Amino acid sequence: MSLLKRSDHPLARRERWKLGEIVFWVAIAAVYFVFPKSLVLASQILIAGLFALSLDLILGYAGIVTLGHAAYFGVGAYAAGLLAKHGWTEPVSGLFIAALASALVGWLSSFLVLRGGDLARLMTTLGIAALLYELANRASPITGGVDGLQGVEIAKVLGVFGFDLYGRTAFGYTLVVVFALFVVARAWVNSPYGLSLRAIRENPVRARAVGVPLHRRLVTVYIVSAAFAGVAGALLTQTTQFVALDVLSFQRSANLLIMLIIGGTATLYGGFVGAAIFMLVQNQLASINPTYWLFYLGLLLIVITLFLRRGVVGGLLIARERWFLKRAAR
Amino acid sequence: MGPRPSPGRQRTFRGHDVTTTLGVLFDGIAYGMLLFLISVGLSVTMGLMRFINLAHGVFAMTGGYMTATLASRYGLDLFVALPIAFVSGAGLSLVLEATLYRHFYRRGPLDQVLLTVGIIFVATAIAIYVFGSQQQPIRIPEVLGGRLDVAGVELSRYRLFLVVVGIVITLALVFGLERTRFGARIRAAVDQQTVAAAMGIRVDRVFQVTFAIGGGLAAVGGALGVEVLGLDPNFAARYLVYFLLVVVVGGPGSIVGTLIAALLLGVADVSGKYYVPGIGAFVIYLAMIVLLFLFPHGLFAKRRAR
Repeated sequence: MSLLKRSDHPLARRERWKLGEIVFWVAIAAVYFVFPKSLVLASQILIAGLFALSLDLILGYAGIVTLGHAAYFGVGAYAAGLLAKHGWTEPVSGLFIAALASALVGWLSSFLVLRGGDLARLMTTLGIAALLYELANRASPITGGVDGLQGVEIAKVLGVFGFDLYGRTAFGYTLVVVFALFVVARAWVNSPYGLSLRAIRENPVRARAVGVPLHRRLVTVYIVSAAFAGVAGALLTQTTQFVALDVLSFQRSANLLIMLIIGGTATLYGGFVGAAIFMLVQNQLASINPTYWLFYLGLLLIVITLFLRRGVVGGLLIARERWFLKRAAR
Repeated sequence: MGPRPSPGRQRTFRGHDVTTTLGVLFDGIAYGMLLFLISVGLSVTMGLMRFINLAHGVFAMTGGYMTATLASRYGLDLFVALPIAFVSGAGLSLVLEATLYRHFYRRGPLDQVLLTVGIIFVATAIAIYVFGSQQQPIRIPEVLGGRLDVAGVELSRYRLFLVVVGIVITLALVFGLERTRFGARIRAAVDQQTVAAAMGIRVDRVFQVTFAIGGGLAAVGGALGVEVLGLDPNFAARYLVYFLLVVVVGGPGSIVGTLIAALLLGVADVSGKYYVPGIGAFVIYLAMIVLLFLFPHGLFAKRRAR
């Protein structure tokens, strides 16, 4: 019996929906009925998960390191907020416009980000996010500055479902949008296109040698990732009807990285799992004492990078693989 | 964010006369010297090991808190506290290197970033817990208080002291790097690590010592900077961009490059804040992005085969 590596699996097998995946999404939908009092938190987790998925596309699949992904989240959040504040209250089209705005900023910044090596990328992404943060901070007549953007009103979704106090509509709306984007991302990374991204991550020189148009691939994935992040930001704005300045903060970019790392990169689900763990623990610990939370967050980060490099989902995948190998060896 | 104006140089008038310009220039240079002191260790270690240490500001913070505590609680003179700050910074960097960093030299940049961001978080939390989140005050020795009139320009004695310290340390570092045997080992290891190791240089030892000196210098910079940069638990994260910018613009591993980059950045930041206060930190981020776009390998980087 030969050893089956994951890369030996045919493409078709990657694309098939596995039982675990179906259970995962059904379980999330079930939150609506099982925890009707925690729907606000659940929507926030889904939004953070989508944001982490957007990071996974560039970091996990294409290997682009960034410290400033909040830039695109923030642009989407402010785009949706400003639209709604100035009369465009229809949410779904608002999402599309926010995604376009973030994609545009992503496209423009891709010229800066994709030029240098890893260190330069870290600095450039950090700088772009800091620049936008300062911009939003200074332009307080438009953005509300540190007080945040108030007076955001969102119309009923599809003209039927109004946003309510318990977050029922918010949860349903978020879940549908996030799932739709997840399906797109899943199909995309499992396509030959997605495989070429992994080739670039693993060995850019060889990828170029086999004819992968390196730069064009990276630019596209960067733009798509920015658009996804923008949708996540817009969802946050629409479900909370408020935009805080910290949508653009360094802390948000750093937290995002941490969520994805906890869950595991290049797994698609890692972002969601990481976001859930992160936000549930944060919800518990930060209410006791925010300083302790920061301390344990830092400690967690150190421990994870030392010992659990592939995150929770990655670890589970390894365990499953070992189990299959053991069974195959018998 | 950024440097505080030198006391007495608040903007009472907007005259663009020569003495004001010189004064702002001088403040910028003093500020740049601090940035240099803190960043030079980061520059050399990044050049040596290509280790992206975002937590470098933690060493500066250690020195700052050490000095502020020694000065305010035990009434120690700044001149006595500085060597202690150096030792504390060097000691902390040795401990971190031995326990954590050395496992990460061969890892990718992402792991290094995550580890060091984690260290920043832990350090920030500890600082809040021990010292509280307020700004730390510091007592300056009387010799360094007040102002000095140099050819019609009012200069703060303390900032003059900073410039002198910066020059002395630069000279010492350049001499140490260019004229001593240990300096030759560092240069060899920066240029070609593999060959240096093959020649019998213990690159890991060289790195440890360099790392400790860099951490110590950062601690001294942090201690001297309490008066100018301020000191609170968010110090390491707030000035992260500045330190990285100095290193990247100066070219990792180059002392003179780091000095020039730090001075440029210091003057640009101070004059930006003085003449166009409305846009604040905006200038620095814009400058960073433009510089990185134009010189992705640093202004003064030696082209080297990798």
